[in-house]
Amino acid sequence: MHIDPNKMVTIKIDGIPVTVPSGTTILEAAAKIGIKIPTLCHHPDMTVRAFCRVCVVEDSWSRRLKTACNNYVDECGEVFTNTPKVRMARKTILEMILANHPQDCLSCPKSGKCELQTLAQEYNLKENSFDSVFTRVPKQEDNPALVRDMSKCIKCGRCVDACQAIQGTNAIGYQNRSTHFSIGTAFDHPLNSTACVLCGQCVAACPVGALSEKDDTERVWDALQNPDLHVVVQVAPAVRVAIGDDFGLPKGSVATGSMVAAMRRLGFDKVFDTNFAADLTIMEEGTELLNRLQNGGKLPMITSCSPGWVNYVEKVYPDMMDNLSSCKSPQQMFGAIAKTYYAEKMGIPKEKMFVVSIMPCIAKKYECQRPEMNDSGAQDVDVVLTTRELAKMIRSRGLDLTSLPEEEFDNPLGLASGAGAIFGTSGGVMEAALRSVYAIVTGKEAGDLDFVGVRGHEAIKEASLDLNGTTVKVAVTSGLKNAKILLDKIRAGECDYQFIEVMCCPGGCVGGGGQPFRTTAAIKAQRMDGLYRIDKKSTYRQSHKNPEIQTLYKEFLGEPNGHKAHELLHTHYTKREIQ
Amino acid sequence: MLKHFSDEEILAVVEENGACKENLLAILLKLQDLSPQNYIDERTANLVADRVGLSHVQMYDILTFYAMLETKPRGKYVIEVCNSAPCYASKSDRVVAVLEKELGIKVGETTPDGLFSVQYMPCNGYCDIGPVIRVQGRTHGNLTEEKIKEIIQNLRNA
Repeated sequence: MHIDPNKMVTIKIDGIPVTVPSGTTILEAAAKIGIKIPTLCHHPDMTVRAFCRVCVVEDSWSRRLKTACNNYVDECGEVFTNTPKVRMARKTILEMILANHPQDCLSCPKSGKCELQTLAQEYNLKENSFDSVFTRVPKQEDNPALVRDMSKCIKCGRCVDACQAIQGTNAIGYQNRSTHFSIGTAFDHPLNSTACVLCGQCVAACPVGALSEKDDTERVWDALQNPDLHVVVQVAPAVRVAIGDDFGLPKGSVATGSMVAAMRRLGFDKVFDTNFAADLTIMEEGTELLNRLQNGGKLPMITSCSPGWVNYVEKVYPDMMDNLSSCKSPQQMFGAIAKTYYAEKMGIPKEKMFVVSIMPCIAKKYECQRPEMNDSGAQDVDVVLTTRELAKMIRSRGLDLTSLPEEEFDNPLGLASGAGAIFGTSGGVMEAALRSVYAIVTGKEAGDLDFVGVRGHEAIKEASLDLNGTTVKVAVTSGLKNAKILLDKIRAGECDYQFIEVMCCPGGCVGGGGQPFRTTAAIKAQRMDGLYRIDKKSTYRQSHKNPEIQTLYKEFLGEPNGHKAHELLHTHYTKREIQ
Repeated sequence: MLKHFSDEEILAVVEENGACKENLLAILLKLQDLSPQNYIDERTANLVADRVGLSHVQMYDILTFYAMLETKPRGKYVIEVCNSAPCYASKSDRVVAVLEKELGIKVGETTPDGLFSVQYMPCNGYCDIGPVIRVQGRTHGNLTEEKIKEIIQNLRNA
């Protein structure tokens, strides 16, 4: 077969003609005319595996069933997607999958979001004509963030594609074959002792309930109902542009106000903003960068906001830990400030403070439990919930995000600049840093605060900036596979960047492992736009102009990178052995 | 296990057999043959993976995919019974029964003295003399109970 993407091909699907470029799959062509062919193993951002066979269609040329996900329009006659033969085949395939599935939907973390459950309902499956061959294997909860219940695995391979082809982490893979075919780690080691960085891209990819974050919602309910505790919550930038997905809002909707209202109604004593801590991070990280540039420190300096990324350096590139900024992530800076500055200001004893984070991330659950993250004298952040877990709590409280009024964050840890908001997208930390560093070094205001060179979806973005006659070269990347390319270049001395932003998940936190399910590249782009809209509308667009940040330094911290800042806001890294 | 081999010795075997992905099966079979317990241990697997440019989990995928490769210790002699359809039709299940009775182990197990393991293999083309077993690279066909006992006895005496 000769594929020529410049050539157009016209085929008929269910009697409707459709013209698409050569090399388009039947699945994509059908979607173009509004026909949704069911899939389980297919994901638009991933390689095509054709494992599940649910997408079979009938083709007038071969007169046989063929899979729509991996057959091109170039090689078929008229396609029929809903004949009795097709429906029967799909039902049989689903029945075979279900014969090896626990079907304990009521207690499954994925219930309501499960692609298998949805298809079973759409295909009206009731009695299974196959006897069950299901056997339960123990759930694997060997780390603080990610749960693997492989009894539920339908072997679609999406998690393996996320881990190997997209992230290049290679923590999980296929093993055995035929009926013993399964997914796991090399030599069945616990996940934590493999190269796994807990990015959760596998969880985001899983169509069923086999992979999930460790559910911490009950711990938060308990804290909220405990009258002795002062429970504060912080919410990461990327959450507000994604949580609407779970309530039927258009993708990328900015739901900040109603999300704040919902959290207040859940019973949090104060609703704060991680964007504030992102501004704080810029003060510390920007100062650190200037120090390194002026005093011959280790360059390039690489951002350290993304806990999956930090895990990756500690596990896979421990020789480059000195390149990481010593700054804690915004989440951890917030925790340390909440349990010291804020608690003191409000006269609340530290032990009565309970700090909850809402994060688009699974690795954050691990980060908050790191031994280095106790600088306030207690665990700085007590519990991390994902965007999905917050949505679940909101629904459980009987609230609908779409019918709530818009409310404002509380102060003093709730005021943020637009620079803090864009931390949630790839390129955002860099742009935020450049806005402040440029102003501080040159004493001038940049004519245009939009450093668009570091925006966008390319794998590796580069830019340079003139700082009083010195050219600073910067690079931005996201996804560990791209980060690896950059790290190898730095190691080989093939590039001369001074500052690099790396985010673990492709696209940055907008595509984090804790975001609402069924995220695609197109949805991530809409969330990015949402964050840039927040930035555009912000009163302050540079972190150092945030008056609450200025007050924090004046009243409590002293100077950026000063003694107290070092104690509370900076950390160190440790090499971690992997199998 | 190749515990008596140093990393360098293992890597030398990799080099001798053409250290690249294309030669991976030949490399792994050679290393498995050198192992007194007929398997590829984790250290060896990871050394080979690093050398040919595969991740450890991809190497494990390969090792567990092929019936001829094993990741757990096996007996000195691995007796493989064909379980494909033609041998099954000529009563390979009886061959299994005799082996299990004679050795006191089930398919997939190893005798306590570490001498024998029994496992299944897919068809290797000797259907005309089925049911067949393969030991030490040699295929035995037209099997009877006596013949199987004799093969085992010969290996015990070897």
